[in-house]
Amino acid sequence: MSTDNERERDEEAANLPEKQGRERLAAPVRRTGMFGATTTGDTSGFGGLQVRGSAPAHSQRPFTDPDDPRTADFDRVADDLEAALGEDAGAVERVEAARGELTFHVRREALLELVRVLRDDPSLRYELCTGVAGVHFPDDAGRELHAVYHFRSLTHNSEIRVTTTCPDADPHVPSIVSVYPTNDWHEREAWDFFGLVFDGHPALTRIQMPDDWHGHPQRKDYPLGGIPVEYRGATVPPPDERRSYQ
Amino acid sequence: MTVTEDYIDASGGDWDDVIEKAQATSAERLVVNMGPQHPSTHGVLRLILTLDGETCTEARVGIGYLHTGIEKNLEYRTWTQGTTFVTRMDYLTPLFNETAYCLAVENLLDITDRVPERANVIRVMMMELNRMASHFVAMATFGMELGATTVMTNGFREREMILDIFELVTGLRMNHAYIRPGGVSQDLPPGTVGKVRELLKEMPKRIGTMRKLLDENPVYLARTRDVAHLSLSGCMALGITGPLLRASGLAWDLRKAKPYCGYEDYEFDVPVSDGGDVYARYRVRMAEMEESLKIVEQCLDRLRPGPVMIKDAKIGWPAKLALGPDGLGNSPDHIAHIMSGSMEALIHHFKLVTEGFRVPAGQAYAAVESAKGELGCYAVSDGGTRPYRVHFRDPSFTHLQAVAAMCEGGTVADVIAAVASIDPVMGGVDR
Repeated sequence: MSTDNERERDEEAANLPEKQGRERLAAPVRRTGMFGATTTGDTSGFGGLQVRGSAPAHSQRPFTDPDDPRTADFDRVADDLEAALGEDAGAVERVEAARGELTFHVRREALLELVRVLRDDPSLRYELCTGVAGVHFPDDAGRELHAVYHFRSLTHNSEIRVTTTCPDADPHVPSIVSVYPTNDWHEREAWDFFGLVFDGHPALTRIQMPDDWHGHPQRKDYPLGGIPVEYRGATVPPPDERRSYQ
Repeated sequence: MTVTEDYIDASGGDWDDVIEKAQATSAERLVVNMGPQHPSTHGVLRLILTLDGETCTEARVGIGYLHTGIEKNLEYRTWTQGTTFVTRMDYLTPLFNETAYCLAVENLLDITDRVPERANVIRVMMMELNRMASHFVAMATFGMELGATTVMTNGFREREMILDIFELVTGLRMNHAYIRPGGVSQDLPPGTVGKVRELLKEMPKRIGTMRKLLDENPVYLARTRDVAHLSLSGCMALGITGPLLRASGLAWDLRKAKPYCGYEDYEFDVPVSDGGDVYARYRVRMAEMEESLKIVEQCLDRLRPGPVMIKDAKIGWPAKLALGPDGLGNSPDHIAHIMSGSMEALIHHFKLVTEGFRVPAGQAYAAVESAKGELGCYAVSDGGTRPYRVHFRDPSFTHLQAVAAMCEGGTVADVIAAVASIDPVMGGVDR
């Protein structure tokens, strides 16, 4: 009974408005203004608006929400993974359970060992990797590049996401092709578009862009071209510089 | 195999010189570029084959010739406009692309349960029709590549029946942008149910004709039996799903394993074969079309009048489309309402159409069982009106990695059969 009370007290403390306010102000500013104008043209009064992003989500156990059938096996998977990793359990930095999906944020050094466990441990058996997606967050200092993997277990009919990050200055992530050969092309694609270097990949070359291409086009800092118009030397500005609603 | 230092560049110059040089050397090894403009490579696939006589000793795949930057383009459009782009990825399975994308967006918005029942039934019906259309093209192009042009003309003719329905419902034969976050863009027009019933009556006969043509055809069997074999463990290692996996003996189907859009309410079987060769893949595809017909029939029975777009004015578009003398557009009633009736309605319409809706920050992965395998859409939002990042896991992209495993050690002619049995669509591979 007392433990129940304690837990309630902890939950209340976590939800105090003052704490939430502090967290909110600590979150990075995602955008200012409302209508895309940076000059004095915006007389709407929304020019000073600051919209903040959300702090990195960190879910607490239990991950399984009894009201949400999609989350039914989350606690089981988290327990099994912790047990299978043993003393390497520190590889998982944080766990996020949101929208019926379970995400493990993993240190990049431990990624290869972790996916081996995911594939081989009988209680986990994630046989299928559906590839890796790069995501570029230029404002997330020290963790600019994210590599996002989705795994599917046909044995247990379960699905998880594993995310690892690396800084722009050192864009290295271990390749998991040795465990999941299907990731060969997927990793080449992430290298091509984001400049993520997958160490240990058998032949990390461009796959979609021409071999002599410079730069990695899906990064947020990749310069986009405008369109010249045959009218007094005018150009249509690149899409990220056009005035638009945000 | 004789390894030689000689090499002959046949990419230009005087043909006589090439022949002279080729005759002077004893090397048997030949590296051939098949594609990207070869008629049997399904568009712009490039195969780099090393041949020793008739045997293919190495098969490598070059892709990227149809890369159009759709994923990057999405980042500069509203969430709704995104469907217009994703539908063009794998252009033979447009409705699967749209559904995968919309399911991911709906999960981010947390409105999955609020999508109207009628919209879900329409989605399932359109997807199953699309599965048949895609399988018909798979078989038609396969026939053409093996020299069986009757299979080609039959396949495309059967597919035309389905495309007619698509045109009636969405206004377009391909690139529909019909399925939208929150539902579908418009209700079924009058006459749709009758037309689908007609198809349900006619199609079993047409599939029967196709089966008669191919099932026991000795030429077809000779070209497909025990060709391009891929075992179940090979499939798992290479991440292969869909008809290819089911033709290797595993009855894995996301419609059964992780139902979406209400698939759990439909009765159908998952065809499976343990042949693991090109013929088994053909049989699985054929049987899947028959199962799709069953599902479409159940869809018609489940269709109940009701809304087809979520009842949330912040997400569902306010306009009702109507067919006018100059084509499909906003209904005159709606125009009258916003232009002369309600200024608030005009503002709302303008805001929703130009600015779009905001999607809470976060990430979501939605997967559907497309005609080709697991089609996944990973969407990231930063809380804005545009996607921060959208990544598609296209089954054709993953499956093409199996070309080496299927072709090496076989003959050149079998390479054609192997690639055709993968059924890659380069629009989806390159995106």
